[in-house]
Amino acid sequence: MSALGVFNMANLNGGQKLGMKYLTVSLALFGVQILFGLLAGLQFLVPDFLFGIVDFSVNRTVHVNALVVWLLYGFMGGVYFMLEDEAKHPVVGLGLGNLIFWVLTAAVVVVVLVYLLVQVGPAEMSTIWLIIEGREYIEAPRWADIGIVVSMLVFFYNVMATFTKGRYTGIAGVLVMDLMALAGLYLAGMAYTPNISMDQFWWWWVIHLWVEATWEVLVGCIMAYMLMETMGVRRKIVETWLYIEVALMFGSGILGLGHHYFWIGTPEYWLTIGGFFSALEPVPLVAMVVHALFDSGVHKMKNSNHPALGWTVGQAAGNFFGAGVFGFMHTLPQINLYTHGTQWTASHGHLAFFGAYTTAVIGFFYLVAQKTRGNVWMSGNLPGNGWKWKWAMAMLWIGMIGMTVSLLIAGYAQSQIERAIEGSTWMGYFAAQGHPWFTQAMTWRQISGYGFLIGYILLVWDLLTIGKGETRPAQVVDAQSH
Amino acid sequence: MSQTAWWASESLWRKSAIWVTGVSLIFLIYLTFDTLPYIKAGGTNVPGFSVINKRVDYQYDEAKHRYVPVIGQDEPLFGKMLTEEEAEALVSKGKLTTQAKNCMECHTLLGNGAYYAPDLTKAWLDPAWGSKEAREADMVAFLMDPTDKLHNSIGRRMPNLGITEEEARATVAFLKWMSAINTMGFPHNFKTLDQSDAPAAAPAATAPAAAAPAK
Repeated sequence: MSALGVFNMANLNGGQKLGMKYLTVSLALFGVQILFGLLAGLQFLVPDFLFGIVDFSVNRTVHVNALVVWLLYGFMGGVYFMLEDEAKHPVVGLGLGNLIFWVLTAAVVVVVLVYLLVQVGPAEMSTIWLIIEGREYIEAPRWADIGIVVSMLVFFYNVMATFTKGRYTGIAGVLVMDLMALAGLYLAGMAYTPNISMDQFWWWWVIHLWVEATWEVLVGCIMAYMLMETMGVRRKIVETWLYIEVALMFGSGILGLGHHYFWIGTPEYWLTIGGFFSALEPVPLVAMVVHALFDSGVHKMKNSNHPALGWTVGQAAGNFFGAGVFGFMHTLPQINLYTHGTQWTASHGHLAFFGAYTTAVIGFFYLVAQKTRGNVWMSGNLPGNGWKWKWAMAMLWIGMIGMTVSLLIAGYAQSQIERAIEGSTWMGYFAAQGHPWFTQAMTWRQISGYGFLIGYILLVWDLLTIGKGETRPAQVVDAQSH
Repeated sequence: MSQTAWWASESLWRKSAIWVTGVSLIFLIYLTFDTLPYIKAGGTNVPGFSVINKRVDYQYDEAKHRYVPVIGQDEPLFGKMLTEEEAEALVSKGKLTTQAKNCMECHTLLGNGAYYAPDLTKAWLDPAWGSKEAREADMVAFLMDPTDKLHNSIGRRMPNLGITEEEARATVAFLKWMSAINTMGFPHNFKTLDQSDAPAAAPAATAPAAAAPAK
């Protein structure tokens, strides 16, 4: 191990070095997501901005695809980072893991360049194979789909084989099952059909069962490791909570899929099933809040990494409000009839992804920053009182809450003017889009977005500098966890 | 703590997690099999592709308390009756066009997609097309070169996506077919274009495809 406070990859084990690569790309793609979100947001205010050059559809495609990919990279990086520690065994198939990292990253770059430069194609299957699939969130052309599935399978193999050769913990068991589901589900979204109802039925299997089920459990595993690592929470407690969360998450989330089956041609009983189970979806998120706060309290907030703990507690709160409260708010079919396909969804989507996932991955970034500098001190009394991480966190949260609330107000205006009064026609749509309630809200959304960007810049700066020159080793926490 | 209460034991919750997940999955798979006959083309809620040969409307159903698609008399698209196979090929080409041109990243289809442009679920029935006589030609013309046609008063426009005439006609077929899907009353309160055979009195000036410049 090299000197404290000096960035050195020699501080990391093999899995952590690979994890570090994924996390670096993840952080960069987070920036890409913000940039293209700002461009798309600006087009709401100035419709001619980049019109015919990089249209809204292109900006939004990159915005949402960067989101999916940077979070996936963050999760994969997090898992590789914790893998050897958890399995007590070097990563099996590390060379293959490294190869896949480079192949996947090259593929991501090519896909994004094609989105930006080629944009659309003729109505032929060759477009679906080579340019774009034109289905929100999973626009990637089919060649890339196959690459993604292969990458996920290699990732799954590495994780499973490492645990098998090392040891299987509770976290390991949950993780392996979850990754298997994650890779398998992607296949459900790859087929072409002329039937839009059938298309969207399977499309939601991927989107919903990833985002509202398997991702939540995956992030639960990462958070469980984080709590043990930074606060020394006992494994037995963390794993029992993880099982509770899995039971509640899958118990509500799997059939909660029904809230996407209200209006796409699916039978009427989905209104009841979707409404009921998605009303339960906040329950596991409440459990996660209780868990995080309880553990923090029991350990009197004593922990080895203040920024990571800050983001972990923020994750619990953000997940609960963003995914739970904001999701519940418009998930009942009686309300959803007027909110489906409006900015309500965008409002919920922003806070939910940020609360549930962005916070978790950022927390992990801080853990990684600490380890790469030789496991330095990151508790209280940081230089400058840790102003950079605190301001980064404050600006990201303020920016996000600003965007969420603005989009919600815009959504209210749409529900009332476009939906209730005008009946969702073309003219009704634009009556709402041009209304001051809507346009003012979108202006505030954009301003909040700039605040969010400042938070991101501070975050990157902080991650690159925190712990630099630090001579104190990390605070020792209760070591019962391992 | 010496003794863990039974309700807090790790093994209870491990078993619960496995059982709850398993039972939920079985229900989901059962419901999926039950749902597929509703959503296949020609199924309970989703019409066969040859519905584009008919008049499609969307009216409030007093008994069901929601809007439902109403399939009426023969009214072939572009004046040509198609077989089921021909209709499927045409609608499929249209669906492929919506994917190849990434429509879903501005518009919503069945309410899903992006929120920069109007929902397309009932676009075929939108009163903004002015009259049913002009609708087909206006839709094709609009899709092929939308940029300088009147859209709205806020200056938001659709870019020219290089849609060919063949693709535009297929897209119109897809939109007509989609408007006949029973979407459980979504969107609510949608007032359709007057499709009666009486001479239309609708002023053409409100048509989005009217050849007026955007600004």
